[in-house]
Amino acid sequence: MREQFPFFKAHPNLVYLDTAATSQKPQALLDSLQNYYINDNANVHRGLYKLAYDTTEAYESVRQQVADFLHAQSAEEIIFTHGTTDSLNLVASAFGPHAVPTGGRIVVSGAEHHSNFIPWQQLAKRQQATFVVTPVHSDGTVDVPALLAAITPGTNLVAIAQVTNVAGDTLPVAKIVKKAHDMGAFVVVDGAQAVAHMSVDVQALGADFYAFSGHKIYGPTGIGALYGRADLLAKMPPIQFGGEMISEVRDQGSTWADGPIKYEAGTPHIAGVIGMGAALHWFQENVDAAALQVEHELANQLRTALRAIPDLTVYGNDDSLATVSFNLTGIHPHDVATFLDEQQIAIRAGHHCAQPLMARLGIPATVRASFGIYNNQDDVTKLVEAVQAARRYFHGID
Amino acid sequence: MALTKLDQMYRAVILDEAQHPRHHGVLADFDHEITVRNPSCGDVLHLQISEKDGRVNDVAFSGNGCTISQASASLMTDQILDKTPAEIEQMVETFSDLIIKGDVPDADRLGDAAVLKGVHQFPARIKCATLAWKAAAQVLTEKGKTDD
Repeated sequence: MREQFPFFKAHPNLVYLDTAATSQKPQALLDSLQNYYINDNANVHRGLYKLAYDTTEAYESVRQQVADFLHAQSAEEIIFTHGTTDSLNLVASAFGPHAVPTGGRIVVSGAEHHSNFIPWQQLAKRQQATFVVTPVHSDGTVDVPALLAAITPGTNLVAIAQVTNVAGDTLPVAKIVKKAHDMGAFVVVDGAQAVAHMSVDVQALGADFYAFSGHKIYGPTGIGALYGRADLLAKMPPIQFGGEMISEVRDQGSTWADGPIKYEAGTPHIAGVIGMGAALHWFQENVDAAALQVEHELANQLRTALRAIPDLTVYGNDDSLATVSFNLTGIHPHDVATFLDEQQIAIRAGHHCAQPLMARLGIPATVRASFGIYNNQDDVTKLVEAVQAARRYFHGID
Repeated sequence: MALTKLDQMYRAVILDEAQHPRHHGVLADFDHEITVRNPSCGDVLHLQISEKDGRVNDVAFSGNGCTISQASASLMTDQILDKTPAEIEQMVETFSDLIIKGDVPDADRLGDAAVLKGVHQFPARIKCATLAWKAAAQVLTEKGKTDD
């Protein structure tokens, strides 16, 4: 697996444990980008020459590919965006006012990434709606019964991650959606941390909207997708205007194109779409359930080893998939990160764009190690040894 | 393990300074107050300064941050005592240069705080070191305006 990632040839001694921030890229993706720019570069949906037609076909075929990947009903439910943040902001701006009336109620979990938190907080302000942030457990995982209880009659919208980005817990989305729909609320799911680690079926989940980023599933940066249920997209107005997204433009008024391109004004990130298609194809060919299980087991081995270190708190639990957050008592995560960096171990330290969660846990930050499909036992061993060394170094032991 | 670079930044005196910071707490009376943040990492620093006859006569800081930001705040608060705002502004400039370049001719005016120069080998940590100093310069020139 690792040999398919040229990054590790460029950095043979690096222990890369920051895939939750962004994944490394397989050769298959790099080849597809190069091939696109050398052989297939033309603008989509415009030219009448064969090359432009073929590129449009390729671009649109990725829409179908993403629909299949998410088990959506049709490609018409897939909008290409810059990534998860862009997707969530699009829903909040375009669909938010339709879903949440003045004085309505929005519920989010206390463990959301800022990109699935601030758009709803700001929507609540605009709509003078109640903004409910639900409790978390002391290990940073979402308190699911409390979240379910917060979805009361009168709730209009619920925004949750499928997999959280600090503790790495998986939320029972289908159960949450059922409760929300029973109460007449829409559910928006942030899938950024889920898609590379589990199979996703938006219809089985019942999600009204589902967002993810290409770069977290071995694809390029700057591209992602938003799934929206067809009947809801039909009610969602465009929020960006320009080329491509119109049906007809007159001096004093315009009408919009049907389907997802209504939300894709301007020349889209064609190479990104092609690349994301190549990455998803590579992922489906190369990463099966057994490989994902190995990844999860590595995370659990790390958790077990870390728990054996004195004065160390591990967040999340053994159901958490590929993300392991922790703190050494009395040592700031940034100091740990610098120490690990000196030993060529790349992890993330900080609030992970989850300040409301940090506030609930009463901590400023955590150290976070996250796994990708290229990590191995050796990475776990090196990290554990380095964390032990960091503890000795900063506590002045031996 | 090649930890020399690390050892240059995390000198024993710096680890000790962070663990036993000077002027840590709050003042009952003060003339200037500011809260600053390092939004990329979540560090928060609350700084209070009391002035008498145009010089800093008391100072306190609180908040949370890494070893570098805490040690730097502790050293800064100690070094600005008895200095005028103009002198402090110059010190902040010198400190900023020192942390970026690793050496400056007038490092002497920083006193013990010059020990932080090892940070220049860790570009990602420069903001940790300069947070408290920039807060001091800001609050003394803007007269107690906070970013909250």
